Amino acid sequence: MSFFTRFRFETAAAWLTAAAVGAVLLFLLFSVWPLLVSGEILGTLRGGWRPFAAEPSYGIGPMVLVSLLMAGGAVLLAFPLAVGVAMFIHGTGSRRLRGPVQALVAFLTGVPTVVYGFVAVILLVPMMRHLDAGTTGYGLLPAILTLALLILPTMILVLDARLGRQDRLWMQTGLALGMSPGQTLQHVLLPQARGGLVTAMVLGLNRALGDTLVALMVAGNAARLPEGFLDSVRSLTAHIALVLATDTFSPEYRSVAAAALVLFLLTSGLTLGIRYLASSGESA
Amino acid sequence: MRRSGGQLLTLFSWLAAAFLALVCAGLVIFLVARGWGGLGAGFLFGDGPVWSALAGRRPVFDGIWPSVVGTLQLVAGASLLALPVGILTGIHLSEHPQRPPGRVLRLAVDVLAGVPSIIMGLFGFGMILVLRHTFFKQANTGLLPAMICLALLVLPYLARTTENALQALPESLRLAGPSLGLTTGQSLRRILLPAARPGILSGVLLAVGRVAEDTAVILMTGAVANSGLPGSLTGKFQALPFDIYYLAAEHRGPEDLVRAFATALLLLGLTTALLVAARLILRGMDRREGWNR
Repeated sequence: MSFFTRFRFETAAAWLTAAAVGAVLLFLLFSVWPLLVSGEILGTLRGGWRPFAAEPSYGIGPMVLVSLLMAGGAVLLAFPLAVGVAMFIHGTGSRRLRGPVQALVAFLTGVPTVVYGFVAVILLVPMMRHLDAGTTGYGLLPAILTLALLILPTMILVLDARLGRQDRLWMQTGLALGMSPGQTLQHVLLPQARGGLVTAMVLGLNRALGDTLVALMVAGNAARLPEGFLDSVRSLTAHIALVLATDTFSPEYRSVAAAALVLFLLTSGLTLGIRYLASSGESA
Repeated sequence: MRRSGGQLLTLFSWLAAAFLALVCAGLVIFLVARGWGGLGAGFLFGDGPVWSALAGRRPVFDGIWPSVVGTLQLVAGASLLALPVGILTGIHLSEHPQRPPGRVLRLAVDVLAGVPSIIMGLFGFGMILVLRHTFFKQANTGLLPAMICLALLVLPYLARTTENALQALPESLRLAGPSLGLTTGQSLRRILLPAARPGILSGVLLAVGRVAEDTAVILMTGAVANSGLPGSLTGKFQALPFDIYYLAAEHRGPEDLVRAFATALLLLGLTTALLVAARLILRGMDRREGWNR
């Protein structure tokens, strides 16, 4: 009962923060409610985006798929690199270069997303146009490449923190047994840090799923299923940014809200997944 | 066979690190090479006397001064809203973790940290729609809604860094207060918070950087390309990241592109400066007290 009898500012503030999450979720549910009640939600999740057709359809199916494809591709590219850099910092690299590499990683985490997008538009898109003269250069592949770069420092930070907790002792043990630093990492440190590897992957996936600017600037924004890696595509986040600007609760608005709800559930689910992983790892 | 596997891994890690260095160098050199020439008084204030632009007496259309002001206002407003709530939330998470709602609250902070910024923007936009259809017909996107949404965005960062800063304090310091007869509140205010100040401050700087660089939220809540200096809290506004986004898609000539490069360079400089400052503060704490690590 002491909770009710003693007022604390910090407790009130914490509840306010929790209320913010609740408000966002309630708002999304409220916006999607008509679709949920009428059962149209399934059609919206699967259907295509044809707002100007004779029989308009406000589905977000292609966007869901593209978001997953983009984020998944970016993680597949970035993850091995992140592990490589983390290994460099924790054993296989030269001791003298360790600090500078960590500084570079920190610098990259601070680069604004819009700057990544901008550089990709100026550098990467013309290259893609070169690759296939028939396309605009905006498409799935340049978006995946840019996103991979965007999430790389985040993933390295997680791995670095995880390996940093235990590396010295294990490394010395490995060296004393006659293993090379690379072997110690491969057979002792990395298997030990399996939880960290998964966390890095999931955080990278979350960041790539939630990113708006790279997808919006580089992916081309055509709301259909891609047939190749150079095809113009639209992510869930870009869909939200592009379709807005109607001042009524129109079908377009509900479609955007559905996209946001899918995104919210995906990212929250991943967040909860890592938490579960972390808590089960600590108790073991 | 095993040995060669280890060597291959070593080779790969060197290549990965080299790639990372190449990306950093490439990014910086590319931006500096194309944007450095665009930096200057004209870049900020356009053609004309600087002082009249600074005082707001002359509208600036060909410089980015309105965007600089817009970004500073966003940072100030969002900080004002988010700092007290975020830091107090962090204090709660660290100091009362055992209370039953503690677990729920931590969950909420984690989920909020994972919410993409575009959803925060949509939330702000949708709230304005709701207001417009209920009891406030003039509700529109503008500076204030953008500040509120950005504040929501950085709230969990502030809470987490504050919590971590407090958690990193040594046990002996935690016991010092009670052993001297201080109450929990006194111990927190007089001992723990002052000791955790560098950690909290570095978190604040990182949150400021996040507000300054985020584009998705302001895209949905009232950033435009040519509004001039924001007249009021409800007016439309310009901001640095939005300018970059806009110019990347809409540049009409080489001078527009140079401006985009210079703006990108300025924003990158700003966020990097904040990052470096945060690191220096943390390092200063390490050296002074020798606590962390």
